Amino acid sequence: MGSADLPEKSRPSLRVWLLGLAVATLLWFAVYSHLTEFADAVIAALGLAHGTPLGEAVHFFFYDTPKVLLLLTGIVFLMGIIQTFFSPERTRALLSGKRVGVGNVLAALLGIVTPFCSCSAVPLFIGFLSAGVPLGVTFSFLISAPMVNEVALVLLFGMFGWQVAALYLGLGLAVAIIAGLVIGHLKMERHLEDWVQGILAGSAPEFAGERLDWRERFTAGGRHVREIVGKVWPYILVGIALGAAIHGYVPEDFMASFMGKDAPWWSLPAAVALGVPMYTNAAGVIPIVEALIGKGAALGTVLAFMMSVIALSLPEMIILRKVLRLPLIATFVGIVAAGILLVGYVFNLVL
Amino acid sequence: MKDIKVLGTGCANCKNTVRLIEEVAAEKGVSISLSKVEDLPEIMRYGVMSTPGVVVDGKVVHAGGVPERSKVAGWL
Repeated sequence: MGSADLPEKSRPSLRVWLLGLAVATLLWFAVYSHLTEFADAVIAALGLAHGTPLGEAVHFFFYDTPKVLLLLTGIVFLMGIIQTFFSPERTRALLSGKRVGVGNVLAALLGIVTPFCSCSAVPLFIGFLSAGVPLGVTFSFLISAPMVNEVALVLLFGMFGWQVAALYLGLGLAVAIIAGLVIGHLKMERHLEDWVQGILAGSAPEFAGERLDWRERFTAGGRHVREIVGKVWPYILVGIALGAAIHGYVPEDFMASFMGKDAPWWSLPAAVALGVPMYTNAAGVIPIVEALIGKGAALGTVLAFMMSVIALSLPEMIILRKVLRLPLIATFVGIVAAGILLVGYVFNLVL
Repeated sequence: MKDIKVLGTGCANCKNTVRLIEEVAAEKGVSISLSKVEDLPEIMRYGVMSTPGVVVDGKVVHAGGVPERSKVAGWL
């Protein structure tokens, strides 16, 4: 995965982009429709057979790896383009002055498409508040942004189909909206750190953002692929390899006793608690999730685990501590954890 | 001499931005005074929400991600 910047002169023009994209799209579909044949060919070439543990594990690896990477590259590219339409500055303008309720729904939706890296969480938080976005609406945004991310959705779609991806999207949005409404209702503004309250009392200058043309949007899509796929592919390979080992070697129904549908009620909270101190991303977790489910773990329990890994990470709490006092952080964690548990129980009931 | 500030809390993108600006300035032989602003209240005073942000001679010219090389060249 080369990440060297192209020299300025060789930056492709819009026509080159369109032509290249057309060819890439055709190739993408051609490869994507022959994944099983490819994996079959690999195990045949290695002298392995279906039905043996090693054969099944290797097949899993060589089927899932290209599939996940193809899906990811395609969707991440599209998201990179979509994100150029939603700068944080624009999102803030869209949200300021919105009523509670409507504002929470809009904030959760914008959380999916607005680009920002986790180290910007605090400036973003203050920027929203200082533009008059209510605290609860701001939280709806901050919760949905990491939880309902494109990488998670792509992987769920690729491994469990669109129904599971859609359910995850819907429930993730619901958690963000409801948690924001509750936090807003509790009127916790006084639990912001003093210096934040100081900024909110004054008025900060505004930076309006930049205008882009289509060539720049395509370039942004390409850069997004380099950044995201370039960063997560090792996690994905490790995740798929682990998943493949579980798939090939762990006996059927092994997970059922402690993570299955008939496991005791506390298996779900335990899974969520286990997820919080883990710091990885959706890309590393989901291939493992897939393999666990294949061995009898319940989908709701495993998804709740995954949501807590992504949405309630300890490093994020530490960053937020700079602006929020402990009661507000505790409330935030409590409400989001409750929401995740609810999602887990709903998934286990429905599926 | 241009006064350039990179606003950011210290993530990888912020460091890459600093390095990129140093590189371009060296290439073009422009002398700059480059500093990093990591203090949050200070960053917020510029009204930037997504880091890294870049301030040239007191004016915010960029926010949210590593800027393109051509843009950096434009500021210098």
